[in-house]
Amino acid sequence: MAYPYRHDRETTTILSRHMGEPEARGLKGWLERGGYEGLGKALEMEPAEITEAVKESGLRGRGGAGFPTGIKWSFMPAEPRGPHYLCANADESEPGAFKDREIMRWTPHLLIEGCLIAARAIRAEHVYIYVRGEFFPVIRVLDEAVEEAYEAGYLGERVMGSGWSCDLTVHVGAGAYIAGEETGLMSSLMGGRAEPWMKPPFPAQRGVFDAPTTVNNVETLASVPGIIVNGPSWFRQWGSEKSTGTKLWCCSGHLTKPGNYELELGVPLHEIVHDVCGGPPGGRKVRAVIPGGSSTAFLTGDELDCVTTYEGLLEAGSSLGTASPIVMDESTCLLAAMRRIAQFYAHESCGQCVQCREGTAWIAKILQRIEQGEGALEDLETLYDLCEQLTGRTICVLADSVVFPLRSSLDKFRDEYEAHILRNSCTAT
Amino acid sequence: MSRRLHPSVAGAQPFQLADRDPDAPLFETEEDLDRVEAILSRYPTKRAALLPLLSFAHELHGWISTDDMEKIAGVLELTPAYVWSVASFYTMYNKRPCGRHLIQVCTNISCFLNGATDVLESFLEHTGTREGETSEDGLFTVIEAECLGACGFATAVQINDEYQENVTPGKVPQILAELGKDTGS
Repeated sequence: MAYPYRHDRETTTILSRHMGEPEARGLKGWLERGGYEGLGKALEMEPAEITEAVKESGLRGRGGAGFPTGIKWSFMPAEPRGPHYLCANADESEPGAFKDREIMRWTPHLLIEGCLIAARAIRAEHVYIYVRGEFFPVIRVLDEAVEEAYEAGYLGERVMGSGWSCDLTVHVGAGAYIAGEETGLMSSLMGGRAEPWMKPPFPAQRGVFDAPTTVNNVETLASVPGIIVNGPSWFRQWGSEKSTGTKLWCCSGHLTKPGNYELELGVPLHEIVHDVCGGPPGGRKVRAVIPGGSSTAFLTGDELDCVTTYEGLLEAGSSLGTASPIVMDESTCLLAAMRRIAQFYAHESCGQCVQCREGTAWIAKILQRIEQGEGALEDLETLYDLCEQLTGRTICVLADSVVFPLRSSLDKFRDEYEAHILRNSCTAT
Repeated sequence: MSRRLHPSVAGAQPFQLADRDPDAPLFETEEDLDRVEAILSRYPTKRAALLPLLSFAHELHGWISTDDMEKIAGVLELTPAYVWSVASFYTMYNKRPCGRHLIQVCTNISCFLNGATDVLESFLEHTGTREGETSEDGLFTVIEAECLGACGFATAVQINDEYQENVTPGKVPQILAELGKDTGS
């Protein structure tokens, strides 16, 4: 399948440049496109220099939390006393996000190169790419690329003829949202249920197989080779002081041209929704947008002036998350939409923490009851109360993740809830 | 499945396939045992090979029986109860046989906004099943899936090991007809 839509290809050339070119998947085609140049350069640098360059670039984690990548790497011990591990988080499971799949299915060697440079920086000699199990065609592409990289000497003993060796193993998940949380991922990788654990210990102290570990998102790792080849200031030419570089925006929901677009950080949200994606079909108005994937807070159609940097969306009361705006037009019943989101979190709660296991299920049931016309105004107070009970009291942030959209939808679309409760009707048009 | 796999990818194979043999022996042929060895060589602990081996059994049989779990437990020196506790955590492992074609319709938010509920209904109607049931001819099982990570191509449907994207209720009869043809019915 051809890559569906492009936007401003000339200025945003880091991640999506070769998407849609089947030849870029193979090693030969990849080398013709400058592949593994970054790795070659990284092998001539000290690990600390690589980390420093990534720090200077301002690259922040693309998996949702936005933690500065170079700083994360710098937490790893400088003098290894045993093995170190790098885990590439390819469990892409945040509803709304579909970017890592695109990176892997079009440019698998970009990910492998990014993994190798990161592994070199954190002094790891084994990389695990944890791919979500559903991505079967992606797994085939990735497998082929990994084998090619081994055969050509980019992986395995003495990487590119250097004194450094690095293995890479593709590890396939089996359907669990929580395996995308870094400690859940490591639990799963070690052959367990994908149950997150309390931090500390932080992964850099004790992670997978009890060894110092760094977990990075696929898009984060794919951003690294460009930074090493072109230098940190090249990357900083895009975005703002605190949000540098470009980002794949996964645009879905009610849009004329949904899809992945690589954009400089900081484009106003309304421009992404309307100019890039053509707005909702049929000229309908935007009613709501969840800008960063389903675990971020709702913005109303009138709040789209905000700029899409980490800090800009925080200021707007939401979050950049995985940069996955889900657009809902005026035909959307926001109660039904919120109910569907809540059902997801109830289904995916790992069940370790009572607040989350019970709370997410309660939220889904209450919303379902309201939708069926059996709600009461007190239910809204119960929902607010649950928001309180679920925030900051659990091992991981899955519970918080349902609170962000829920609380904001209660605050901003109370009319929708009241219409269902009081009149058994809906404000969608 | 017959090619010799590089150890780095030996554990990472698609495991929801239409062409499978529920009665195939597990971990008995030399080829299978080689692959188990290759998988084990990639991890510092035996336990870490659990998901790859569960996937291996699934790839072969289309589901994981308690017999399979016991065998895996034996190979990895784990208790069968532990293996079951892990297998039961993951939604992609079928714990009972399903139809030859497993159809998973994403109804999560982006697909939901684009009519996924109708797509699911259409699959159920045309296969004459209720969610999770297998059709009388043994060909189809239709289930609702959580986000498949293809939100820009709503509605996304996973059929065995492939995605079908931008599915609408109108495309359902054609999709089912193609699948029926593949299996010669």
